Amino acid sequence: MRAPNAVLSLRGVTRRFGGLVAVNDMSFDVTEHEVMGLIGPNGSGKSTTLNLISGALAPNAGTISLRGTPLSQLPAQDIARKGVARTFQLVRLLPSMTVLDNVKAGAVFGHRRRWGSEADDHAMAMLEKVGLGRHAFAVPSQLTYIDTKRVELARVLASDPKILLLDEWLAGLNPTELGQGIDLIRALREEGRTIILVEHVMDAIRSLCDACVVMASGTKIAEGTPEAVLSDPEVIRAYLGDDDA
Amino acid sequence: MDILITGLLLGGTYALIAVGLNLQYGMVRIMNLANGELIVIGGFAAFWFQTAASVSPLLTVFLVAPVAFALNWLIYTVMLRPLVKRAKSRGQLEVDAILTTFGLSFVAVGVMLAVFGGDYFSYSYLARPVELLGATFGLNRIMAFLGAVVICGALYLWLNHSRPGLSIRAIAVAPQSARLVGIDVQKLSALAFALGGAVTAVGGGLISMFLTLDASTGVMFTLKALIIVIMGGVGDMRGTIVAALALGVLESFVASVLDPGLTLAAAYLLFLLVLLFRPQGLFGRGQA
Amino acid sequence: MKRDAWQDLALGAVLLAVAACLPWFGGSYWLSIGVTIAMYTVLATSWALFSGPTHYISLATTAFFGIGTYTTGLGIDHLPYWVLLPIAGVLGAVLAGLVGLATLRLSGVYFVIFTLGLAELVRQIITWVQNFSGQKGLYVLTDITEADIYWQLLGLAGIVFLGGWAIGRSRLGFALRIIGDDETVARHSGINTARAKVILFMVPGAVAAIAGAILAPRYVYIEPLLAFTPMLSFQVVIMALLGGTGRLWGPLVGVIPFTFLWEAISASFPNQTTLLLGLCFLLIVYLLPKGFVGLIESVRRWAKSREGYA
Ligand SMILES: Nc1ncnc2c1ncn2[C@@H]1O[C@H](COP(=O)(O)OP(=O)(O)OP(=O)(O)O)[C@@H](O)[C@H]1O
Ligand SMILES: [Mg+2]
Repeated sequence: MRAPNAVLSLRGVTRRFGGLVAVNDMSFDVTEHEVMGLIGPNGSGKSTTLNLISGALAPNAGTISLRGTPLSQLPAQDIARKGVARTFQLVRLLPSMTVLDNVKAGAVFGHRRRWGSEADDHAMAMLEKVGLGRHAFAVPSQLTYIDTKRVELARVLASDPKILLLDEWLAGLNPTELGQGIDLIRALREEGRTIILVEHVMDAIRSLCDACVVMASGTKIAEGTPEAVLSDPEVIRAYLGDDDA
Repeated sequence: MDILITGLLLGGTYALIAVGLNLQYGMVRIMNLANGELIVIGGFAAFWFQTAASVSPLLTVFLVAPVAFALNWLIYTVMLRPLVKRAKSRGQLEVDAILTTFGLSFVAVGVMLAVFGGDYFSYSYLARPVELLGATFGLNRIMAFLGAVVICGALYLWLNHSRPGLSIRAIAVAPQSARLVGIDVQKLSALAFALGGAVTAVGGGLISMFLTLDASTGVMFTLKALIIVIMGGVGDMRGTIVAALALGVLESFVASVLDPGLTLAAAYLLFLLVLLFRPQGLFGRGQA
Repeated sequence: MKRDAWQDLALGAVLLAVAACLPWFGGSYWLSIGVTIAMYTVLATSWALFSGPTHYISLATTAFFGIGTYTTGLGIDHLPYWVLLPIAGVLGAVLAGLVGLATLRLSGVYFVIFTLGLAELVRQIITWVQNFSGQKGLYVLTDITEADIYWQLLGLAGIVFLGGWAIGRSRLGFALRIIGDDETVARHSGINTARAKVILFMVPGAVAAIAGAILAPRYVYIEPLLAFTPMLSFQVVIMALLGGTGRLWGPLVGVIPFTFLWEAISASFPNQTTLLLGLCFLLIVYLLPKGFVGLIESVRRWAKSREGYA
């Protein structure tokens, strides 16, 4: 059933909030070295899906597995340690700590655990990778918006995850920053990382994703290559549509 | 049987003070740790009017309520609202509110000690035995219970059927959305806080009809009210009332079967069980 | 970095050595003040180790302290004194662990309420057991002097500071700083937040119990109301917050002035101590949210920026 080289698999995952079914019977696979776009109109359940994978929420039904090991029912910290790392739609940094310490959080407690100078060096390397080396000793309140997003990305990378979940990492950037952001993610893709990308920016999806899953009102309505799904009439209807606008 | 009725009578008054606290915590999200001092102040007013001017505690309540309302409204607008505004996170507001209301509680105790001294105060009012279902109870306990029933009932109707009541409940459930539909959150928060304070103080007046109080007993009541609120579920009036009655029965059971000195220990054990198994309250739904 | 750390340690050791000379130079009044200050330093510093980073306000100090006092009281006739101190520490840590397991997964309000009643709970149970067995209190008769108590407390203070210094440099300390900033991020970074909090809460539990065990001989006669004074928990909270929990030495800066203020007020207006506590709470919230440490640091920053312009 599961694709042989799948890193992450969802089967029949469902989550309800009271009467609202935010995620309804979702199933998909993410294979190794793949960048998968998870797209859909506002409120369609994308963030909730990421929350279910990362353990921020528990599913009401269905299973989520990482290379065959079940994740559903595990607490978030165990899922993080098994190699699932995420950013948040609303950036979450540690306000009282330096940028370097923010990134170190991922290096020290994540999938691969480091300590001492090894952790410092690794965190610094990740900061360099996202282009923030010179701000290592700043505090988050001194950063520009895109730089806060970079810090969060560096924290995620620092944990050496098997899979990255990026929730609208490109949202809210101005055109120049957007260009830089797309380049950054492309670099990650070229490194062979496995990524789930929740995005509204269609250009980014076209140029970055190998495959896409489209959600509307909690349900998967299409799956395939970006070109294929973006020209699917049902997807177009969902985006422009009458019930979700 | 008598234990049950004594417990229910006691629980009725507990319900009143816990409902007051729950109005403040459930609706405004400020845990008022000075709650017990309001009870003592309410009780003290009843005592003073009864002994100095022979005014019935049941009448004093009509004076206590508006005064406590005004006092709590002031506390909210002058002291707590700035904290709400400056708080960067829910956690920070929580800590600030805890420290401030503790501060207020100590100041209140300090002032009461300075003005009235540390003596116990009690008075005798309607201390006649009354026969009820084959056992005898103090008339004062029964009157206090009836008072509590009337007030809880009125409050319940108000919250469920009046416009401000419904708005206050809307704030409790979803403050952001409440703002969107044009509810003046600030004004209604102050109203809920003040109302909660008034209800609590009235509860104090009623309790003083049959319990002996002194300036520093407040903290006991605070603890019990907090336990009831958490047990019943934050913001859940019905749960609060059930929890209060349960606590009243438990206390009178422990007091008569084991030892009156262990009532708090028993309440505590109950609290522990709630925390371990139903931290969302007796009737709360699953994990939040 | 390394250099600074050793300097801090050396400075701490020198200060401790100087403090240890008090019994030879000060009179009995100063020695008794010294005991009080040492006791509150131990309690407030260990309190801040947990409550500083996590923002959970613990009012359980009295409960742990009382348990320590009772350990000495009950055990002194049967076991050597030196064995009792570690036993008290273990008991305090175990109780703290249990309380932590029950409450630390929940919001801070639940924790405050639970710890607020804990001392009263333990007191009621002990009183009840004593009523059963017919005795009212316990005599602790030893030849331990006030100076011995003072030195033991200083030793404990040394251990607490050293422990706090080590925790600050450990993964546990780093984890707690993250938890204090954002618990969601902590969990998603792979930190077992509940376990970290419970482990750290055992530290003030053990320390307060040992402090209680050390002070028991000073009381001579122990009864529940004395061993479990509710005020103690509040005093510790105020001293720690007044000093500031952002630095290891912060609580000490609160303990010293508060002890003198408290002595002065309770000597001349014994009924006004409650009022004093209340006003201090309000002072902390409205004027000194980061304590004296925060004040000192903002003055320093201000001075630095002035220098920069000059
Ligand atoms: N914790 C929650 N409690 C109740 N309802 C929730 C909760 N989280 C999400 N929802 C609801 O679930 C639905 C899906 O929300 P979700 O945040 O997953 O959407 P999304 O696809 O990420 O949207 P966006 O593009 O705006 O970020 C929405 O209707 C939302 O209101
Ligand atoms: Mg989203």
